[in-house]
Amino acid sequence: MTSTLHKEEMILNLGPQHPSTHGVFRLVVTLDGEQIVDADPVIGYLHRGTEKLAEGLQYTQIIPYTDRMDYLAAMLNNYALVHAVEYALDLEIPDRAEYLRMIVMELNRVASHMVFIGTYLLDLGAMSPFLYAFIERENIVELFNEICGARLTYNYMRIGGVKWDATPDWIDKVRRLVPMLREKVKMIDNLVSGNEIFLNRVRGIGKFTKEEALNYSLSGVNLRSTGFRFDLRKVRPYGIYDRFDFDVIVGENGDALDRYTCRLREIEQSLRIVEQAASQIPEGPVMGKVPKMIRVPAGEYYASIEGARGELGAYIVSDGKDKPYRLKFHRPSFVNLQILRKLLIGQNVANLIAILGAVDIVLGEVDG
Amino acid sequence: MFAWQNTPMTGLHLLGIIIGAIIVLLLVLITVMYEILAQRKFIGWIQRRIGPNRVGPWGLLQTAADVLKLLIKEDVIPAKADRAMFSIAPIIAFVPAFMVLALVPYTMNHVFTAGMNVGVLFYIALSSVSIIGFVLGGWASNNKYSLVGGMRSAAQMISYEIPMGMSILGVVMIAGSMNITTIVADQSHSQFGWYIIPQIIGFIVFLIAGIAELNWTPFDLPEAESELVAGYFTEYSGFRFAFYMLSEYVYLFAFAALATSLFLGGWNGPILPGWLWFAIKSALIVLLLFWVQATMPRMRGDQLMSFAWKVLIPVSLFNILLTGLLSLFV
Repeated sequence: MTSTLHKEEMILNLGPQHPSTHGVFRLVVTLDGEQIVDADPVIGYLHRGTEKLAEGLQYTQIIPYTDRMDYLAAMLNNYALVHAVEYALDLEIPDRAEYLRMIVMELNRVASHMVFIGTYLLDLGAMSPFLYAFIERENIVELFNEICGARLTYNYMRIGGVKWDATPDWIDKVRRLVPMLREKVKMIDNLVSGNEIFLNRVRGIGKFTKEEALNYSLSGVNLRSTGFRFDLRKVRPYGIYDRFDFDVIVGENGDALDRYTCRLREIEQSLRIVEQAASQIPEGPVMGKVPKMIRVPAGEYYASIEGARGELGAYIVSDGKDKPYRLKFHRPSFVNLQILRKLLIGQNVANLIAILGAVDIVLGEVDG
Repeated sequence: MFAWQNTPMTGLHLLGIIIGAIIVLLLVLITVMYEILAQRKFIGWIQRRIGPNRVGPWGLLQTAADVLKLLIKEDVIPAKADRAMFSIAPIIAFVPAFMVLALVPYTMNHVFTAGMNVGVLFYIALSSVSIIGFVLGGWASNNKYSLVGGMRSAAQMISYEIPMGMSILGVVMIAGSMNITTIVADQSHSQFGWYIIPQIIGFIVFLIAGIAELNWTPFDLPEAESELVAGYFTEYSGFRFAFYMLSEYVYLFAFAALATSLFLGGWNGPILPGWLWFAIKSALIVLLLFWVQATMPRMRGDQLMSFAWKVLIPVSLFNILLTGLLSLFV
């Protein structure tokens, strides 16, 4: 029987103002009923031209701009830039500074993953985990506030070290925080992970294979959730990651559930690093010997780190001046977003939110 | 029992009915006001927050302030909306919500209760009238989110009405009456005690289907904030929005009252006066729903449908069979 019913596709403009796009992300979806026929991500609403601005700034002056990229993990952004410059200059970093960096970076990763867990469950309709996750994150943010005077945009790292030294009291607080956070993460895990409704919402959703992930150049949890063991902290240890004992968490199926569990379990690993770093931290200076005027020798340099969302790289083209000729950031959120269209087609609107949330983008980083 | 129903209507009767209606209306409005406060406080505590505490002592006047704010807000009708339908939709959603309250037997003396012989059917029939208000509101807003929300709500409420009706059937079979007042009175001297005991399966189905019918978490798809912004009332503001909210909370109260009457013995209970027992029981049901709301994520549309048709309906059919056997042999 052929149907003579008149059908029409509906174009729905999701965003840029929408509760679940986590910022000013716009998605133009073509719907057939609730089925997605096509999806077209539109980005750029938060574009501030960080890379262009950087061309007119000295290297140290660029650091605060990196804070604004992935604003949930600003410490890692700071590090991505200073690490690239240090790599170009081949600088020697004092041990205490390296340990402080490890502590704040891993704590920041924990805070970022906490936000993911809270907001992801909020997307799925559960209100409470959001508040639970944010209360715990608050402890970390307060510690950052104490060490660098800012809760979100830290501007803490410098080329050759860190700006502020930590008091013994601060290190003590970090030591005390780790077991507490561990317990709270376990609590959130208990409250959420076994929930039948939650599992039904995320299991098998937004699935991609190892090959697809590699073809789309995904990195971070999005890549690891497919079972591909790739973590820059292990594969190409930078800083002093080779001194710590931690595991790389991988998933199996590459679905939204795996990405959620990977992030949850990565918190545990980050806490292990923080614990080790806080117990081994030596005394000493926090700034290395750095020339007054930082001039990167002419040439091209690329250094990347494992950011909270994937491979976070800084590519510097220098013509020997104190400002970069060109600075390009490899922004994991932007790269990870590319697979979204492929994942969305054929799904329904409820799954759209579950898939977009699981990719875990930060718009500051997507738009640069 | 209902002597006045059998005599011809006089002016005095009419006056009595009007006064009764106004008293019930005020009672319910006050109940709803504190229901909303209780919700915000209770969920606040679950989420390790304080909840509203600024307006009035302990936040007691918070809801009044909210309603006042909605009252004095500009009433916006979108330019492309269907004005007539847009205006009438909240009323269609809201009036049945209040009408079902006529059936609720608060006390044994049922002063303000309509002792209708088809009470249970009347409740189910009226609550489905509200769906029209939701769909109409979603359609008339000329907003895509509203439209999807309205459609979802229609599909959901129609699907869940069936298990809900069938779960009540067990109670009707035991009591031998559809009159809610008779059902409650029957529970005081029934050999089974309150009907939650012989009808425990029916009660669970009723609770789940009722939550779905109320568009309550985890079945709050029609107003899924993270997907549809606010569902069918996305475009509504001011007092029209308040009407939708009000109808939702009145239904919440009516649902709790119905569950209390059908399964928990209504006003029956030792020592305390009947109305207090009624209040305690229905408040417990409402608190249960708040608890569910604070702890559950949302289901997905297809899961919701298959749950209604593949789980709840067979279970409630099985319950009817069990109830039949029970009344045959006991």
